[in-house]
Amino acid sequence: MYKIVNKKSLNPTVTLMDIEAPFVAAKAEPGQFIILRVDADGERIPLTIAGYDREKGTVRIIFQIVGATTAKLNHKEAGDSIQDFAGPLGVPTHLDGLKKVCVVGGGVGCAIALPIAQKLHELGCEVTSVIGFRSKDLLILEDEFKACSKTLHVMTDDGSYGRHGNVCVPLNDAFAAGEKFDEVIAIGPLIMMKFVVAAVKPTGIPCTVSMNPIMIDGTGMCGGCRLTLNSDGKKVTKFACVDGPDFNGYEVDFDETMSRGSMYRDFEKHAYEETCNLFRK
Amino acid sequence: MAKLNMNPKKNPMPSQDPKVRAHNFSEVATGYSQETAMDEALRCLNCKAMPCSTGCPVGIHIPEFIAKIKEGDFEGAYQIISRTSSLPAVCGRVCPQETQCESKCVRGIKGEPVGIGRLERFVADWHNANCKDKPAVPPSNGHKVAIVGSGPSGLTCAGDLARKGYKVTVFEALHTAGGVLVYGIPEFRLPKAIVQKEVDNLKALGVDMETNIIIGKTLTIDELFEKGYEAVFVGSGAGLPNFMNIPGESLKGVYSANEFLTRSNLMKAYKDNPVTPIMKGGKVAVVGGGNVAMDAARTALRLGAEHVYIVYRRSMEELPARREEVEHAMEEGVDFRLLNNPVEIYGYNNPEDRRDPKNGFVTGMKCIKMELGAPDEKGRRRPVPVPGSEFDLEVNTVIIAIGTSPNPLIKSTTKGLEVNKRGGIIVEEGTGKTSREGVYAGGDAVTGAATVISAMGAGKTAAKAIDEYLSGK
Repeated sequence: MYKIVNKKSLNPTVTLMDIEAPFVAAKAEPGQFIILRVDADGERIPLTIAGYDREKGTVRIIFQIVGATTAKLNHKEAGDSIQDFAGPLGVPTHLDGLKKVCVVGGGVGCAIALPIAQKLHELGCEVTSVIGFRSKDLLILEDEFKACSKTLHVMTDDGSYGRHGNVCVPLNDAFAAGEKFDEVIAIGPLIMMKFVVAAVKPTGIPCTVSMNPIMIDGTGMCGGCRLTLNSDGKKVTKFACVDGPDFNGYEVDFDETMSRGSMYRDFEKHAYEETCNLFRK
Repeated sequence: MAKLNMNPKKNPMPSQDPKVRAHNFSEVATGYSQETAMDEALRCLNCKAMPCSTGCPVGIHIPEFIAKIKEGDFEGAYQIISRTSSLPAVCGRVCPQETQCESKCVRGIKGEPVGIGRLERFVADWHNANCKDKPAVPPSNGHKVAIVGSGPSGLTCAGDLARKGYKVTVFEALHTAGGVLVYGIPEFRLPKAIVQKEVDNLKALGVDMETNIIIGKTLTIDELFEKGYEAVFVGSGAGLPNFMNIPGESLKGVYSANEFLTRSNLMKAYKDNPVTPIMKGGKVAVVGGGNVAMDAARTALRLGAEHVYIVYRRSMEELPARREEVEHAMEEGVDFRLLNNPVEIYGYNNPEDRRDPKNGFVTGMKCIKMELGAPDEKGRRRPVPVPGSEFDLEVNTVIIAIGTSPNPLIKSTTKGLEVNKRGGIIVEEGTGKTSREGVYAGGDAVTGAATVISAMGAGKTAAKAIDEYLSGK
């Protein structure tokens, strides 16, 4: 069992938890993920690591309440324990040698983008951060991004906070102004990453995206997390759990990944409603 | 002593009716009764040379345990088996006895061999049901050994070393111990309660099971040595599934057999109101002809499929699955489409409405007929496509069961551990020694996908080598 030592609600749909998992905390790096199960007989879900404290032996996760399992997880309080917590899995984000990077986060993806921005800042890299949300009440981690970024752009789709528009707006402005980055790292909804890649492409700047497909074991066994890369004109199958979760954004087939991600939509919707009803009783 | 039973045929295995069992996940074979077991035991001639034992990868003293059954001393029989096998209830169910012990049985020359596997299963089940005594924990010899992976090779290696007094820790990446016995082999062939019982038996011997630890990620092999383990056995199993690289393999409804079976077995998607989803019902095509393909096909049937095909590119003669599994699948109604090979999987696409929820789901599979040409290097006749013979199968789920390639996590984080072209760990024949001192390996991580018992044999071989290595230290 793995103890929840801290729980904080960041907004009505996003929760932060610090979990006691010293083995994972000792090794975790930005860009890696963990697999957890809330209770015995629970579903295995992957969550990208949002932070870690090697001394305290804790790992931070920030999750959006989107389905039955995240609803059950959100029902746990500090002091409670969860059944399983395994990791760190996947390849850490490659950050060495970068001098000037633009980090783009969308929604709860900002939680994963933050440790990358922080690590880059620590390494002496100049960080421009662009974080986007649907509206003001969904805003998270603004102060944390401010602390590690030379420039921070906060965007909202409805204009209720920061600048009105999506995350591509300040990117396009920067490119138009002749700004150069060593790399753009984008983490957020698939559709956002697809558009960021399209915005970056004309500049030729490398663009890394973090993929979060459906996974079961997460350790390189089941193949459920496969995605197709178009690499030098050839289609190549890769597995997000061992080859990723970071990939070259130019190569990812986003449409296929979006389609695969919707495979169990009806099932998930039903399971979520059932769980919510359970908690209402 | 009762008279020998000279019936040329084995006592048949009591089984659920095929029509009934095709719709439930309860065990297919229900096992011998005491009377049947004692009657079958009387077919054993108790050959002094024990040819059957030479066919057993873990060297069980078969005539000895059968002699105990004849006497009605079932616990005595269990003690003989457990001297050499850590997992008798598992082996009695999933070993291919027909190519191992039973293939060497003298009774098999004129008639059917003794039902050794069925007797082994009876003895193990009898022990698990009737014997509540915990085994004595052997006195410690002060040495610590780490085992990577809790599948058949790891559990066997752990059991053998624990019985010799080693302090053994098994590290498992998943949340439950058992490896392929838990995520791969379906409930109806190997109930998970039986695996759990075997794991508990090892724990009672003093073996520690650490789940949720991925060696190669959470801890490396080098760190295990730093933590005081003096030897490491790597039994990390088969890795990522192979795909055919044909169009449509990323459509919704296309699974690897590993994913399909893991969802059903490990994650219990076969139960009512599961938390992990799986596609149920409809028409299913399983591509491949091995035991895993049979497991996937029979699981799909039980999940409610209206029709299940096995699509295999060679003929029945080359089909690699165990005969018994093929017969069971056929009895249950699986439709074998032999000498057929998939070339494309089709999906639904509504050009008028991109948001149509049916978009991207499998609707069919194009296959081509094959014929057998000249033999390949292994002597198997190579299948070649018959030009112009393409045809469509209407299906909504496709399960690819054409093998796996080794997991990259350990080799990529262990310096000096040599692997072959396919990524399998290179070991010395007869010891399981790898290119790294103190590191041994066995099972699918070495050989690629093989059988439970061959993995157990490798675990046993390595345990012996580790014992010799550490006793000499």
